[in-house]
Parts: sequence; C-alpha cells; structure tokens
Amino acid sequence: MDTFTTLLMAFISIVIINNLVLTKFLGICPYLGVSGRVDMAFGMGLAVTFVVTISGTLTWLIDHLILIPLDLEITRYICFILVIAGAVQLVEMYIRKFFPALYDSFGIFLPLITTNCAILGLCLFINLWGIDNLPEAAVLSFGAGIGFTVAICVMAGIRENLNLADVPKCLRGAPITLITAGLLTLAFMGFAGMIK
Amino acid sequence: MSNTQYEIRDTITGGLWKENPVFRLLLGMCPTLAVTAAVKPALTMGLCVVFVLVCSNIVVSLMRNLLKPHLRILMFTLTIATFVTIADLLLKAFQPEMSAKLGPYIPLIIVNCIIICRAESCASKNGLVISIVDGLAMGAGFTVALCILAAIREVLSTGTIMEINVMPQSFIPWAAMSMPVGAFITLGLVLGLINKISTKK
Repeated sequence: MDTFTTLLMAFISIVIINNLVLTKFLGICPYLGVSGRVDMAFGMGLAVTFVVTISGTLTWLIDHLILIPLDLEITRYICFILVIAGAVQLVEMYIRKFFPALYDSFGIFLPLITTNCAILGLCLFINLWGIDNLPEAAVLSFGAGIGFTVAICVMAGIRENLNLADVPKCLRGAPITLITAGLLTLAFMGFAGMIK
Repeated sequence: MSNTQYEIRDTITGGLWKENPVFRLLLGMCPTLAVTAAVKPALTMGLCVVFVLVCSNIVVSLMRNLLKPHLRILMFTLTIATFVTIADLLLKAFQPEMSAKLGPYIPLIIVNCIIICRAESCASKNGLVISIVDGLAMGAGFTVALCILAAIREVLSTGTIMEINVMPQSFIPWAAMSMPVGAFITLGLVLGLINKISTKK
C-alpha cells in the first residue's frame, strides 16, 4: 500500500506540479508547432507518451544494469540518444502499419520526436533525481507523457479559440502563443505545494 | 576570391540578424526559456552551444562526402552527443557551480534543433571555412539573443545585471520574471517587438 501511494504521488506530481512543458521548458518545439488543432495535438501527445514510456524505462535499465556496473557513465548521453532514436523508429513503423491515416497527418513531426527535448530531458531528470527502483522510473516516464499530452491539448483548445480573437498584427503566430503559454504556467503554478 | 568573402559576410549577417536562430527561426526554444533567468548562466549556455556548434560543423563538413543519406541524421546526432559530453565534462571540471545550476540543460544541447539544423543545411553542403564561420555566427546569434532575454529578466526580477546593482533602491523586484511565466511572456513580447521593427522597414 505504501509503495502504491508513493507511485501515485510521483505520477500526480509529474503530471501536474512538475509538468515538463510548463515548469521545465522541455518539448517546447512541438508545443508551439503542433498545438494548432486539438486532434493533432492529442495524436502528438499519444505518440510522445508511448515513446517516453519506452525510452524512460529502457534508459533506466541500461543505466543501472550496464553503464553503472561497467563504469561507463561517460557514454551515458550517447546511449540515451540511441535508445530514443530506436524507440521512435519502432513507433513510426508501428503507426505506419496499423494507423496509416494518423501516420499521414503526423507528417514530419513523428521523426522529430527524436529531437523532442522532453524525452531526453526526462531520462536525464530520472538520472538526476536518483530514482533507484524500476516501477517509479516507469511511472514517472508514463506520467511525463500524460503531462505533455495534457499541456499540449489545453494549449490547442485555447489556440482554436484564439483564431477568432483580434490579436495585434505583430503578435500573431508564435508571440501570442508564447504569451498564452505564460498565462497557462501561471495557472498551473496554483498546484505547486499540493504535494510536499 | 571575392566571391568567398561575400559568402562569408552573408553567413555572418545571417547568423546574427536575418536568420537569428532564436528570434527568426524559433529554434532551440528549450534552453532559451530555461536558462535565461540571469545573464551568467545564459552566457555559459551560449558559449557551450558555440563550442558544440563549431566542433560539430567541422566534423560534419569533413565527413560530408562519406555520408550515406539514410544514416546521416544518426551520424550528426552521435557527433553532437560526443561534443556535448566533452563540453559537459569540461564544465563540471572547471565551473562546478555553474554546471550544477544548469543541470540537465547542458546535455540537452544534444537535442537542440539549431545544431542539427546547421549540420544539415550548411555543414553537410559547404567547405570547412564556411562551416566554421557559420558555426561561429549562428552561435554568436544564439548567445546574443539569450543574453538580451536574460538581461531583461534579471533586471526586472532582481534589479541586477551580472549580479551588479543597476536599479535605484526604491525598485521593487518582480519575482514573477524569474519564474517560468516571466520566461514565456518576455520571449513573446520580444518576438512581437522584433516583428514590429522588421515589418516597418
């Protein structure tokens, strides 16, 4: 029961309080690029969730079973990026085979997940926070993906309405999106302190 | 000869203003937002990016004729990861405090789109000299952009620049500017300002 509570707390904290997009600035590129429509944003969120869960768990295993016992921590970044690139390739093949329509609508964004900072960032944060058991690493990875999906879907919902607003000409596009994101972080800051 | 000189001049102005990675191409947003709470970390970050960008441009430019198209992104990424590891270890050895402060954002240079974008669109097509100049110019453009944002945020959040007081005693610091909110809104407004300036011309 106790471990279950810890895992639940870890999950809530990574989804809402330490949301990777809104407090750690990870994955801002897709956050600005793909948040134009809710359905695209949701698809992107799911793809990222899938990749981040696989790569977060795998990198933890590789780190603890191979790199640390063999004293190879110096190659950590290179190994991490290879695992992520492999996971993205896997997801791409899977989606192309089973969901061709979704694959077409993703276009360039799917391979770009490799360079999504949220994924490498999460792997590095798991390492930095010194997470020492597999379930917690897996829950954190999955939670990070869900957190990304929540943030990008909320943003896409706002932007769909923003299309109807009369924005000053020089602020159209990226600037107003960034300002909106700023206000959104302010709202999410209300959750800070919910878990000590 | 004069042709090369023109090319070099174009590369430099491109990096600093016309194709400024942060303000024009919107690349490398994560470090731009994350490390600009104060000028010092922003400058360190900028210099690390210059180092990685120049080194990876040199290597990519040298091996551009050997690259197979389907493997090139992988080779770029591995080259970049190697140089980022070097930069990270150097920073840990000589600037341990700054390294602890920047934390995971130094290794995150690996996935900074600027570097892979320059490798793809410049270094894999051009010779050594142009690639080095391009790395320096793009890196300088990135560093300058980071420092501008960091200066605005540091002045408003603490009243200092590079930890030197510049505001009068009566100034009340805006704590929000050092938080994520400040990062997003400052960048949004600066981008708006730049749009305004460039459409007027």
